[in-house]
This record gives sequence, structure tokens and C-alpha cells, in this order.
Amino acid sequence: MASRTIKVNYLARVEGESGLKVVVRDGKVRSAELSIFEPPRFFEALLRGRAFTEAPDITARICGICPVAYQMSAVHAMENALGVAVGGPLRELRRLLYCGEWIESHTLHIYMLHAPDFLGYAGAIDMAREHGDAVRRGLELKKAGNAIVACLGGREIHPINVRVGGFYRVPSRRDLAPLAEHLERARDLALDTVRWVAGFDFPDRARDYVFVALRHAREYPFNEGHIVSNRGLDIPASAYDAHFEESHVTRSTALHSQLRGGGSYLVGPLARYSLNFDRLSPLAQAAARDAGLGATCTNPYQSIVVRAVEVLYACDEALRVIAAYEPPDQPVAIVAPRAGTGQAATEAPRGLLYHSYRLEADGTIADARIVPPTSQNQPSIEADLASYIDGFLDLPDEALRHRCEQTVRNYDPCISCAAHFLRLDMDRG
Amino acid sequence: MAANRKKPRLGVWKFASCDGCQLTLLDCEDDLLAVAGAVDIAYFPEATRAEISGRYDLSLVEGSITTPHDAERIHAIRRRSRKLITIGACATAGGIQALRNFADVQAYTSVVYARPDYIETLATSTAIADHVPVDFELRGCPISGRQLIEVIAAFLVGRRPVTPAHSVCVECKLRGTVCVMVAHGTPCLGPVTHAGCGAICPAYNRGCYGCYGPMESPNPVSLSHGLAALGMDARALQRVYRTFNANAPAFRDESARHGK
Repeated sequence: MASRTIKVNYLARVEGESGLKVVVRDGKVRSAELSIFEPPRFFEALLRGRAFTEAPDITARICGICPVAYQMSAVHAMENALGVAVGGPLRELRRLLYCGEWIESHTLHIYMLHAPDFLGYAGAIDMAREHGDAVRRGLELKKAGNAIVACLGGREIHPINVRVGGFYRVPSRRDLAPLAEHLERARDLALDTVRWVAGFDFPDRARDYVFVALRHAREYPFNEGHIVSNRGLDIPASAYDAHFEESHVTRSTALHSQLRGGGSYLVGPLARYSLNFDRLSPLAQAAARDAGLGATCTNPYQSIVVRAVEVLYACDEALRVIAAYEPPDQPVAIVAPRAGTGQAATEAPRGLLYHSYRLEADGTIADARIVPPTSQNQPSIEADLASYIDGFLDLPDEALRHRCEQTVRNYDPCISCAAHFLRLDMDRG
Repeated sequence: MAANRKKPRLGVWKFASCDGCQLTLLDCEDDLLAVAGAVDIAYFPEATRAEISGRYDLSLVEGSITTPHDAERIHAIRRRSRKLITIGACATAGGIQALRNFADVQAYTSVVYARPDYIETLATSTAIADHVPVDFELRGCPISGRQLIEVIAAFLVGRRPVTPAHSVCVECKLRGTVCVMVAHGTPCLGPVTHAGCGAICPAYNRGCYGCYGPMESPNPVSLSHGLAALGMDARALQRVYRTFNANAPAFRDESARHGK
């Protein structure tokens, strides 16, 4: 077979700027590269010299799609550095806020970014002409997630109510009541969503992935838990650097993450689900079973189904938190600056998001390091392209290009996030 | 073109940014399909693979100029756009990434990247209006969905958008929020900050942190006296103006008064 090069100069329906290049020789994929040309914004550098209290607001601006994830990883890392424990209703409210972001972000991806690949449209607006009811359902479901973030966070994008130690203002039970009503309906829509995407046509592809996600003793993971893998890894976030490393490749303003000595790994819905199926609510487990999923899922094209199951879980969990909520006496725990280091990982919709800070005695940030999910997944995305595309090579160029794009979109890659990350190999004092 | 009543063609463009302002359009769940019905979406890669080449009646531009390539790209977009509207703090003031303007970008690059030689970047992050003429600037980090719909609706009928240029203080009064600075001694940038968000922060018991940038004719010198009286030292005062609109002239000049 002649040689072919499939290029996508600007990948659509992902957040941020990237392209990809697959080189085929003699009927085999020789190389697959995802290049990220999102301009660097240097967050780790500009955080130096700022007050520890500013990290949640500043790091939120890394990503307009998952600002809550950045705020959560930032506050937990700071609290670990400062020896502060946040429990009770404040902890529950953080879970509720994260539920809102998962619902919003996953639904955006399911309906507006990913479903058009399966149904053969350029985007959700085109899809709405023939699947109007589905798109409207998606918009209503997404709105329920945004309503949580707006109520608890003050607004949907870059919420203003999150601070180290808790919140500026906590809601009353009455504030949360309208959300519960909205979420009851959203839970039904989420169940419909699982059924809808389960009926899509999935290429039969799987790899033996190294899955990495948080795992908690009782809960499906959002904010807390050990970092675990399906290869026996089980570490606190403070041991992250001992097990993972980043490198800088020429085609990318994002850094690539690898397991030390162990190659690529996968974070995100597939990993979370496969490592935590037993922590899902009974409703979410039953819906997953009905959708044809097992307790693990290794077909990345089915990530859209796993996302739908996680949206259902998030609706369920949000309703549980609201039903049990009693407002705390204080909106924030007492936080005093001191010198120290702190790390935390939380589960952004796209996967594990790691923050590490070193603080001076007055709380000034001396060092910051952030590893977003997409830079962790980038080697895995390229490995998927290299190993799956072989089976699609009989497709004409345009269809093959589309299949490559879909393969990348399986990861819901957030390129804006990925592009500021770095390896900080100095001043580790 | 007007003769056959073709729908106006919309382009949505991204420069250095977090994607949040574009997302604001997709977050307008109740209005999105109506907007999509009123325009032809000719370029919006965050939402669609479809791309119609040619000219755009309305271009919405997110993000700031931070690379040599982007400094050229914005001129090409301007040439192809009848109206060009910038959305958000990055596009209107350079964004949080404009903090590099006060630092050494080479040092920044070596903090973040193992191979600084792989990175092509400008020493500054600047607003779109520093490079090409802009027809309207919508403020905010992020922009308000309500204001975005107003801007698009105004464009469709050919009128000027109604986006008040007064301070956040007026929005607190309209909302009935007690002044956090007067009542609680909480430092607040509301008196110098452009309205548009709906005065969210004071309603959540925190001071405004200026994410909509300076209002028209602000008096930050006077505000800084008040903030200093509440206990903010020079370093804190410098930082409070150097966030998401650090390179907006009124905030940039005021921050410089409190240290290099």
C-alpha cells in the first residue's frame, strides 16, 4: 500500500488548540502524534510570589471548562501544607460542587462534543436538526449541573465562593431546595442519556491499559483518596513525584507524563469507573449493567457511556448531599500561614489533577507545580491512535481523519489545561 | 448580500485563554438553539468541525496575543470580519497571563519548561485592540452570558449593546447587598471595577476582586487609601490590581504606584 499521512491541523470539539498527525507506511501505522500548540500561559511561574489564598482563583483560570477541579486541588494542597482539616458539611458542600462540575462538563462532552462523532454530524447544532429532543435533553441536563455550581459557587465559570478552609458563604437548606427539584428531573434525564449512548455503534477496540485514579474507603472519588492503579499502585498524593515523571517533547507546549519506568497510563472516566465500580450508587451500577458495561471498561470508544453513568451518579450523589445537609456554624475553618509543602490530587471530569505547593512562612507561594489530566493522557492518546487506526486503514482519507479525531475525543482532552504544565526541576528545597 | 436576507455568519476565535468565555455561549442553554437559528456558525471549532471559508459578519474573539504567530493571525481575522468583538479579560486586557509583562518571560519559560528552546512566545500578553481595531469590547473573567446574548442580539439588529460602564457598587445597590467594605471592613475593588457580573462577590460576603477590569474613569488612588486604612500593605495593594486585568491601563498604573 502506498504511504499515507493523515493530518488534522486544528482539532475541533476539544477545549483548546491541537492537531494530530498519523503516518502510515506499507499498511501499518508508523507513528501517531498529538501536537499541542496552545500558547503557554506560565501558571506555575506566575503563582510564585502570590499569597496562598490566591491559588484557587488564579488556578481556576487554567481551564474554563473545569475550574472547580483546579479550585479543589488547590485548596486541598494548601490545606495539606498548612495542616488544616476540613470535614463535616464543608466537605460535603465541596462534593456537591464537584457533582455540579461533573454533570456540566460530562454532559457538554457527551452531547455537544462526542455524540456528533457517533451519529455523523459536524457538531451539536447540526445534530439538533434531526435529534432536537436529544440535544434539548442534553442542554437541560447540563443546566442542572451549572445550577449547582452557580448556587454554591456564585457563577458557573470561575466560581467565586471557594477558599482555602471552606467557603465565603454557605447556603441554607432553603437555598438548596430548588436544586433538589431540578436534580430529580436531571436524574431521569441522566438515565435516559445512559440508554441513549448505550445504543451507539462502538468500534470493538480495547487495550490493556494501566488505569490510574483516586480510590476512597467509602465513596466514588472526587476530592479524597489514595492514588491507585490496576497494577497495584496505592499511594498518597504526597508520593506522586516518586512514581510519575514528566518530559517535554518538541511538538507540544504540554508536558507528557509517564509512570517512572512503566510507560503510559490512562486517567479519567474509564480508569475511575474500572477502579471504583463498587463505589457507585446502586442506581448507577444497575444503569451501567443495563447499558452492557461490566465492572471494568477497556474500550475507550465506550467512554461516552461511562461518562453518562458518572453523570447519573453525580445527580444521585448531589441529591444525597442536599437531603442530608445541615449548615455548618462557620463557612470556613481557621487557616494560619506557615512554611511547608502540600500536595493533593482530585478527580477532574477528565481525570486526576495534581497540585503541589511550597509555601514560605508568611504564606507566600515559593513553588507551584500542576499536572493536569490531559498531559497525563497524551501518551495514551497517541498509543491508542497507533494501535487502533491500523484496523481502519481501508477507510477513505476523510473518514479515516474523522475516526482519528473521534479516537482523540474519547479522552475529552482539555488542551487549554494541558498547555501550561511543566516540570519544575529546580528549587525543590 | 442583504438582498437575499442571508443569515449573518458568525466566527468564534481563540487566542491565549482558558476557553471559558467561548464556553459561556454553550452555557446559554436556554438561548443557544435560538442563537444558532439566527446566525450561520461559520467557524467555532470548540463546537463544530464544520468550517465555511470566506468572510464573517461577526467575529467573537477570545484570548490575548502572546505568540508571533498569533500577532499575525489576528490581522487575517480582522480583514475577514465585518464586525469584530472581543470577549473577556484576556482579549480586552491581556488576561492573567499578562503578569509576564511585569516579569522576565525567559525566566518564566525556564520555570515551566524543561526545554525553553522548544517554546515560542512573546515577552508580553496584550489585548486584541493593541493589534487591530475592535468594534466592541465585552468585559469579564469570565464574561456574563446575559451580556453576551445582549451583544449578539444588538449586533443582529445593528444597534449598540447596552452594557453599563458604571462600577460594581451600583450593582450592589441594585441588588440590595449591604456594602462589605463599610459594614464589615472587607477590602473590595467594587468602587473601581466595571459592572456586568451582577455584583456576585459581595453577595457571597467577599470583596470584589476586579475580574471585570476597570470601569470608565475610575479613581483607584482614592480607593487604595481606603484599602490601606483597612490594613493592606504595599505588596498586597500591588497584587490586588495585578490579577486578571493586570495590563488594563488604570490597574497597571495603580499597581505600579505600590512597587515595581
